[in-house]
Amino acid sequence: MADLYQVENLRLSLADMTQRRAFGPATQVEILKGLSFTLPRGSVTGIVGGSGSGKSTLGRALVRLLAPSSGAIRFDGVDLAHMTEAQLRPLRRRFQMIFQDPMSSLNPRHRIATLIAEPLRLHRFDAIPARVARALDQVGLGSAYANRFPHELSGGQRQRVGIARAIALEPDFILADEIVSGLDVSSQAQVLNLLERLVAELGLTLAFISHDLSVIRRLCQRTLVLQHGRIVEDRPTADLFAAPEADYTRALLEAIPLPDPSQPWV
Amino acid sequence: MSYLSIRNLSLRLKKGPALLRRVSLEVAAGEVRGLVGESGAGKSMIGKAVLGILPPAVEITGGEIFLDGVDLLRLAPRERRRKIGATAALIPQDPLTALNPSHRIGPQITDRLVDILGWTRAKAEARAVELLAEVQIADPARVLRQYPHELSGGMRQRILIASAFAAEPRLIVADEPTTALDVTVQKQILRLIAGMQARHGTALLFVTHDLGVVSKVCQRLSVLYSGMVVEDATVADFFAAPKHPYSAALLAATPRYTDPSAGLNPVPEAVIAAVRAEVAAFDKAHHG
Repeated sequence: MADLYQVENLRLSLADMTQRRAFGPATQVEILKGLSFTLPRGSVTGIVGGSGSGKSTLGRALVRLLAPSSGAIRFDGVDLAHMTEAQLRPLRRRFQMIFQDPMSSLNPRHRIATLIAEPLRLHRFDAIPARVARALDQVGLGSAYANRFPHELSGGQRQRVGIARAIALEPDFILADEIVSGLDVSSQAQVLNLLERLVAELGLTLAFISHDLSVIRRLCQRTLVLQHGRIVEDRPTADLFAAPEADYTRALLEAIPLPDPSQPWV
Repeated sequence: MSYLSIRNLSLRLKKGPALLRRVSLEVAAGEVRGLVGESGAGKSMIGKAVLGILPPAVEITGGEIFLDGVDLLRLAPRERRRKIGATAALIPQDPLTALNPSHRIGPQITDRLVDILGWTRAKAEARAVELLAEVQIADPARVLRQYPHELSGGMRQRILIASAFAAEPRLIVADEPTTALDVTVQKQILRLIAGMQARHGTALLFVTHDLGVVSKVCQRLSVLYSGMVVEDATVADFFAAPKHPYSAALLAATPRYTDPSAGLNPVPEAVIAAVRAEVAAFDKAHHG
């Protein structure tokens, strides 16, 4: 099968946090309003949109941290959308997530080696120390970092640990949610170059969530643009940048401050 | 005479490493100066030193901060606070943590005017309504009665901008004011800050790590590495031809969506090694 993910008419509602009722069930608000798309095996797809567009919710649905209200999420032919946690457990190793803020996603009391070993143990891998060493090596940290704590690392290095944790499980799919937005440009470039190389080497399928179209432009072959829980554009990245079709895509592009004072902001 | 003039300002962690190394910079009235650098370069520390809000673990080891011709560091703490309170203000990074979640918006803008500047409550409230209108908030009277959680990130940042301009400060420090916002909201907020700054003739010290933002809102910039100013230039000169190899590398690392081959180039190891050597040479020259 050429597509790793086939998503059909995906809908997802969450409790509306802005309304509060004294009695009865919480008001639901629909975040994802019928999304359909595929992620081909080995592809790198960007998911962009402003805050509240549903991009992170979509990401969390893909790795089933959230349960959709209707629709299908077929992963390698199997529909994850309505599986129970017990049914999902054997599959979870295959789709991994790298979080935005490694400082809050990595337990500050654990050493780096333990942090990478933990998910391996959960998924009952053998030869864990060797796998941890290899993952550290793959992300360019090396064994010197194995015994350090997250706070001893720079933001870029912590994000490398996040990547190591994900790839150590030998997944098919990685979801990266705004993983470079807290980093300065030079570390951003290092982390993205690393991710790009690993995805190619390991033959991973990657979905990269970002609000930064400049980053998407460099990394992703294809881009989905989300607005208010709907896909407003789904095209090869080069085409999308050459001639954005949706007004919203154009607005997103025009809002990026290019490092060039001769181009005034409209 | 510049409104803000920092001369040879040095900071360090108490009994620890230097955080700023003889930083000098000027901001004229009505001018916007960008402070750029990687995280840990000391750019926020400059703003904090000016506003007298340095963390307790940081000490000033030398230099002068002239605000409106007065050296803040020579004033008694009480006088210094009064001078800063009357003439300077901050637009903080994170609009959620900067607003008290358990208080309504209104008092969070007006309390300072009443308690510190001695305005009447009525005058302060009228001013708050006027300011919220200026930052393009519809129905200011209603928003003043709301709580922070009822407002979006962009709205909260508008309120903090309004609050910063409330007492007509002559200097504003904006510390990464749009980092928490998405690009379309960022653009609105930056235009708003630039517009207000120009109308009010405020001197603005703009801390950011985004050279794209600097090119849109600043007239001058200082590039910092490890607490040292490696380049001080006009925006036009800098973006045409950065002079220091480190700042040139920083510019090359900034992504540009118009050119997929540009950007995402990490600062080369050789450039880092060279600028570190400069810092080491500086330390040697100034500490024997």
